[in-house]
Amino acid sequence: MLTQSSLYKLIFGRLTLDAFPIHEPILVGTFLVVAVGGIAIVGAITYFRLWNYLWREWFTSVDHKRIGVMYLVLGVVMLLRGFADAFMMRMQQAVAFGASQGYLPAHHYDQIFTAHGVIMIFFVAMPLVTGLMNYLVPLQIGARDVSFPFLNNFSFWMTVGGAVLVMMSLFVGEFARTGWLAYPPLSGIDYSPDVGMDYYIWGLQIAGVGTTLSGINLIATIVKLRAPGMTMMRMPVFTWTALCTNILIVATFPVLAVTLALLTLDRYVGTNFFTTGLGGNPMMYVNLIWIWGHPEVYILVLPAFGVYSEITPTFCGKRLFGYTSMVYATVCITIMSYLVWLHHFFTMGSGASVNSFFGITTMMISIPTGAKIFNWLFTMYRGRIRFELPMMWVVAFMLTFVIGGMTGVMLAIPPADFVLHNSLFLVAHFHNVIIGGVVFGMFAGINFWFPKAFGFKLDPFWGKVSFWCWVSGFWFAFTPLYVMGFMGVTRRLRHFDDPSLHIWTIIAAFGAILIFIGIVAFLVQIFVSFLRRKELCDSTGDPWNCRSLEWSTSSPPPPYNFAFTPVVHDRDAWWDMKTHGYVRPLEGFKPIHMPKNTGTGFILSALSVVCGFAMIWYIWWLAALSFIAVLVVAIGHTFNYHRDHYVPADDVVRTEDARTHLLASGA
Amino acid sequence: MQISFDNFGSERVFYLKDEHEHAEGGSTMLGFWIYLMSDCLLFAILFATYGVLSTNYAAGPAPKDLFDLWTVALNTTMLLLSSITYGFAMLSADEGKQRSTQFWLIVTALFGLAFVGIELREFAHMIHDGATPQRSAFLSSFFALVSTHGLHVSFGIVWIVTSMVQVRMHGLIPANKRRLMCLSLFWHFLDIVWIGVFTFVYLMGMLR
Repeated sequence: MLTQSSLYKLIFGRLTLDAFPIHEPILVGTFLVVAVGGIAIVGAITYFRLWNYLWREWFTSVDHKRIGVMYLVLGVVMLLRGFADAFMMRMQQAVAFGASQGYLPAHHYDQIFTAHGVIMIFFVAMPLVTGLMNYLVPLQIGARDVSFPFLNNFSFWMTVGGAVLVMMSLFVGEFARTGWLAYPPLSGIDYSPDVGMDYYIWGLQIAGVGTTLSGINLIATIVKLRAPGMTMMRMPVFTWTALCTNILIVATFPVLAVTLALLTLDRYVGTNFFTTGLGGNPMMYVNLIWIWGHPEVYILVLPAFGVYSEITPTFCGKRLFGYTSMVYATVCITIMSYLVWLHHFFTMGSGASVNSFFGITTMMISIPTGAKIFNWLFTMYRGRIRFELPMMWVVAFMLTFVIGGMTGVMLAIPPADFVLHNSLFLVAHFHNVIIGGVVFGMFAGINFWFPKAFGFKLDPFWGKVSFWCWVSGFWFAFTPLYVMGFMGVTRRLRHFDDPSLHIWTIIAAFGAILIFIGIVAFLVQIFVSFLRRKELCDSTGDPWNCRSLEWSTSSPPPPYNFAFTPVVHDRDAWWDMKTHGYVRPLEGFKPIHMPKNTGTGFILSALSVVCGFAMIWYIWWLAALSFIAVLVVAIGHTFNYHRDHYVPADDVVRTEDARTHLLASGA
Repeated sequence: MQISFDNFGSERVFYLKDEHEHAEGGSTMLGFWIYLMSDCLLFAILFATYGVLSTNYAAGPAPKDLFDLWTVALNTTMLLLSSITYGFAMLSADEGKQRSTQFWLIVTALFGLAFVGIELREFAHMIHDGATPQRSAFLSSFFALVSTHGLHVSFGIVWIVTSMVQVRMHGLIPANKRRLMCLSLFWHFLDIVWIGVFTFVYLMGMLR
């Protein structure tokens, strides 16, 4: 006989009404804001009758450009969430001294620093980087799309699925309280019995599927779909960094998948991989997660290096200095990023020899990175530098990132690391390289390529406001952390006893406010630019006098990218075309073979989210059902043999004629 | 068409007037190969985990108490035979013989089923004797590695059945041949992984 409570358990697992945090005012407030915002957006879309358009032209799109833009939108939206977490932590640390406990209880604070790290890496930095790669790689190599367009759409929606699960934890249940890499035994079932860790596991697992597949896709694209004449050593540096980054993705994300799967088994089945009893070994987890985790930082920063390598020559009016060394430096970093993981835990106690090995490899990786910095500097040397927004970000990057690199070398010295391990010095260091390297790179890239994607430039005034607030805000926020780190203050503290430290956390909070203004200014910049799109219009397709192929087509590019497949004769293919008398073809257009849109990626991802949610809440019947549904839909999709269509020659003629008119009117 | 890439010619060609078609599915084999390498890495980590934890018996049963090499030898034979028969299926497909392709696919799937069946029986025995995945880190890593391989084989069987339906519906068209080729890579890859499992887990386990 089933009693009522066991029946309830059968249907809802461990999901009860207590899971909804109605007694926590901060969360209720957040929920109200999100709900009102969400209703406003849904209402607006309904009012303007955009659902059909969004579904047909965007959600089901297999066009790499649209998918790239959607990745970037996801990254920016999640940046707001990730930054809100950062801001709350800064405010807590600015007030929680002595008698004051601040406004965040420990239970909540621990979730915030975990969510901040997870979201910023997986759902801000990764989507921004993947978005740029998706948008640019096919255009830069003269292709019409990626190798596997459907897979690309599916990858994007899986990333969204992971983000949805992590966001859901805000209002249904709670998030992990373990720090962003969730070391066991703290993340094991004994110390984290609640759903927080499970949200973490399933969110990352689902997003990881998307990331791995998108890595495979872009490697195949770069290897197979380059335009005739584009040899490897004629590829733009951004494409080179994208290639290396995607190789790293395919070579590391399976490690993350297995590591999380083993932790899942420990938590769900009661195995003993990372437990402290019956032969389990928690340090195994720490090794495995960093074998993924260290290459991950290079996955993020290499494409940013690619962005700088595209912007610097453009705004200096010169070829990139040392192209070949730039390529080799990128490849060296790719390989070496695999040989340094242990520097994240010198204090594990693996002995002097092992620590020396990893300390030395870590210091060595700064050599190719330094070579890159010099290449950019020599590109600027005697160039006619135009200090427009993208170039400003490049200069800010160089000044900021070099400091972060140097503190990194300090941390690579094992004896020094024993002092600085887990201190705020470390926190300052990795924010210095990730914000200074990756985030600045993404802003440089967005400002640089925005006119290509949307046909109008971004407003320079608000861009400069955002730039100065971000850069100065960064230094105000993180210099105090270096100082406190040297004094031995550890990371993830919710409350301080020593009043002499108070001044530093207040300065850091001021920095966070500046960064907040920077983010708002960025949003205002986009809004203002949209309003002024007529004035800022780019009719040429080449607003900055650029060098690589993506600027040879219109802004925004037509769905098929290039009416005729380009033929490449030199590095900086578009520059070569411009200087060697290229004339845009006006006739002879033919039908173009293109992939068809499909909603399967969206459906598979939605079912995966349901499956993940059911696993998190132990709703076994729903988990089994949705998993079977995933399999059925996936297999069903393979029965569709008609995945492409031809863009009729008339459509191509019409699109190209429109561009001819635009070019004539702009000139 | 021929394109001249030399920079000394009188006039440079900057675009192809005649569309050069990327052969349909031209990236598929490369893409699938890269996927297999990512899968290989997944097994590499499971092997590494087994390597680290394989002597952590926690006063529980050790390989000598658990493994029966005759069962494993039988099981290995099943999988190796299935690889040969898949090879026959591919040869038939290359010759365009649909019926014989389908026949060899069925045989392959049956050998695969036998393999999974024997493995499940082995697992059932072990669990019955108290050698559960929860018992020790050695057993946790053993079950994780071997059953991940078994899950792959099971998925391969589902794939074989799907392919058979598709070959029946559309014949041995290029798209279907490409799919059979991917499945072939997958199936042989699982064979190679199993040889690793057989050597490192079973044979070396018995030597300990």
